[in-house]
Amino acid sequence: MNAESGTIAQVASALRSRTVTSRSITEGCLTAIAERDPALNAFITVLRDAARDQAERADTEMEAGQYRGPLHGVPISLKDLIDVRDQATSAASRVRQGHIAAADATVVTRLREAGAVIVGKTNLHEFAFGTTNEDSAFGPARHPLDPSRSPGGSSGGSAASILANMAFASIGTDTGGSVRIPSAVCGLVGLKPTLGEIAVDGVVPLSSTMDHVGPICRSVEDAGILFDVLRGETPAVGRHVPDARGLRLGVLRGYFMAVMDPGVAECFERACTSLQAAGVELYEVDIAHANDIAPIYLHIVLPEAAAYHAATLESHADDYTPNVRLRLEMGRYILAEDNVRGLRGRDLLIGEVDNALTDCDGLLLPTLPIPAPTIGIGSVRIGGVDESVRNIMLRLTQLFNLTGHPAISIPCGCTREGWPVGAQLVGHRHRTAALLDTASAVEPYIS
Amino acid sequence: MSWLENALRDAERRGLPALRPLLESLARATAALRAADWNLDATDPQDANTDRDER
Repeated sequence: MNAESGTIAQVASALRSRTVTSRSITEGCLTAIAERDPALNAFITVLRDAARDQAERADTEMEAGQYRGPLHGVPISLKDLIDVRDQATSAASRVRQGHIAAADATVVTRLREAGAVIVGKTNLHEFAFGTTNEDSAFGPARHPLDPSRSPGGSSGGSAASILANMAFASIGTDTGGSVRIPSAVCGLVGLKPTLGEIAVDGVVPLSSTMDHVGPICRSVEDAGILFDVLRGETPAVGRHVPDARGLRLGVLRGYFMAVMDPGVAECFERACTSLQAAGVELYEVDIAHANDIAPIYLHIVLPEAAAYHAATLESHADDYTPNVRLRLEMGRYILAEDNVRGLRGRDLLIGEVDNALTDCDGLLLPTLPIPAPTIGIGSVRIGGVDESVRNIMLRLTQLFNLTGHPAISIPCGCTREGWPVGAQLVGHRHRTAALLDTASAVEPYIS
Repeated sequence: MSWLENALRDAERRGLPALRPLLESLARATAALRAADWNLDATDPQDANTDRDER
């Protein structure tokens, strides 16, 4: 195991057996930050001294036989949308200049109780309102494989911090896909649990109907550990991985495959073939009103975001990045009757996804139709048509923010140019643990 | 005057001409939302209140 690039489960074993210390692996992460972050801009705030103190405390506790669980002594980063006591929560915006959090967010309290070491607050698309992390008061976060590319967003800094070995995992937020999108772009695992399962207090909101908190990490097992910690449960390590044979997965095609980079499609089809060879039953399912997903999503996220920002759009308009400001202003023009239509459409889609999940273990589709986009481009050409980068990056993830079903992105190979591709598994509402079981069965065959 | 015309006039008045392409794009999405076949219709006797499952 490489001390900086292993999974939480692997490093937890090494920490518990005292093969490595929290101080040494934390120092490794801090060194990676010092060496690589100037080029990647994954972090807004590095909590160097606090992280060293936490690592020392973790080692002292473990040496005294006081073991808190698999996160004990493990360096984690946090999206800078999540409150850490006595630290700024910038939301990557000058609007929040001078802010200091009075208390830890609930998820941070749980991470501390689990003994995690918090190395810093990561860069994001301003106020989580974008998919590329390029609109940030602190400059864009950059992809560790190629700094001219986006690491995805809005939790782009979080994903970049893991891929560049600056942390073993990160906690992000996901309102339209902002955990799953950067996970897919960076070849990582990203979990959006069922709506409401993880506390969002102490987290700057974007759209209260669709905001989720979720982990980005290196394996499905790690996602399970973090999911348990974040919801206040005792995490298990070494969970039984179910047999993939006999699993039934509904594959979403039609709308969901209609706009797709050929390299991404090739990876996804190869993953499907591998799963079938492993004995997984795949069959096609449909969402009848899939074409209405994007308009429904827009007419909920825009007015909810605009309502939260209404006062500061008057008092601090020039402190927003221009693109984010314009999108928030756009939300102020949506009529109440169209927001109500959107909420009715959401109810319809919840039922359609529930129906698609009937008699199956999960739904399967790609996470993202394109690989990592170049920073600064507004559109990409797919099938001879110019597509908005924002719209296309949300296309396959936003449905499950609307409906609240749990969804996880798992790496499923790379394009011929070497760009990571993600496959997305979707589970039944309120059965995130079952989704994690299915994902752990599927993971060895596709990643 | 249509919603879009009103919105564009207001954006111009507020010194936000850059909103024009975004509002035009939004108008297309709003039109699609309003045209959806699941919208309620006051003239349709089928569109009465029904019990809804707790979401």
